[in-house]
Amino acid sequence: MAEDIHPGIPADGTEAEDMAQQRTQPAPAARQDAAPDTGATADTGTEAGTDKGTGTVKLGQGPGRLLLWFYGVFTVAALSRSIVQISTKFHDAPLAYVLSLAAGIVYAVITVALWRGGDQARKVALVSCSAELAGVIAVGILTVADSSAFPDATVWSDFGVGYVFLPLILPVMGLLWLRRSGREAAGAA
Amino acid sequence: MLDAVTLTVSVTALLLAAWCAYAAYRDEPTNDRHFAGMAVVTLATLVQLVVSLVQLGHGDRPEQGVPVFIGYLIGAVFTIPAAAFMSLAERSRWGTAVVAAGGLILAVLELRLHDIWGAGHG
Repeated sequence: MAEDIHPGIPADGTEAEDMAQQRTQPAPAARQDAAPDTGATADTGTEAGTDKGTGTVKLGQGPGRLLLWFYGVFTVAALSRSIVQISTKFHDAPLAYVLSLAAGIVYAVITVALWRGGDQARKVALVSCSAELAGVIAVGILTVADSSAFPDATVWSDFGVGYVFLPLILPVMGLLWLRRSGREAAGAA
Repeated sequence: MLDAVTLTVSVTALLLAAWCAYAAYRDEPTNDRHFAGMAVVTLATLVQLVVSLVQLGHGDRPEQGVPVFIGYLIGAVFTIPAAAFMSLAERSRWGTAVVAAGGLILAVLELRLHDIWGAGHG
């Protein structure tokens, strides 16, 4: 379907994205820049459309690399922690452990989005970072106001105090970086 | 013995973090001397792994459970090498900052390891 309408554009994503990309110029140079980020295995997953993004800015490079590193570490930390907790003592605090698992999944999504780069990944990262910030604030307020809601600590308890407030700082830094790199991409296009 | 090794890893990790943070501040990518420093810290974490396994072999048990303890040990071993590879991919001050952050993260892991093992025996 998409190939019929836009024969010049390689069909590697959904049709809706093909249409959306028409508003911006699919500059050949931008595509080249994005190529190393998307790698050879870029044909699966929900972010499959990213490699035809027009963004010249690499989300996971420069300052983004530091963010990528922190998000990677937090992905491993939150996922392994929740998996251990869920598999060994799930009934002690089911809500807390499921929440830790959800946090770990959000971190994983952001890590992959930063690593892949491109317009689609930026949108995914934007939504995920916003969800992360909302989650940290909501859980932080809940745990401070009513500690009985969470019998066992989560990554986000008390605004992430157990992780030197990094769970609160990271999404703010992430959103700032996404905005800045987004501006650079817009300026370069 | 384990306490001494944990302290050694923590101190070398913090030194590496401070050194690389300064280099990042001076806008330098990681160089060979930084990688030598990373190798030293990684070697210390490997020594820690061996010493811990010997302690476990002698029947000593961490207060908060063996799986969690082993998990943190493995995390400690891989933290600096992972940061090293990222700094190879990022040849700018930000790659050096990644190593600095890795040193801090390793120091935190050591603090947790100390807690998990328990203050009573070491």
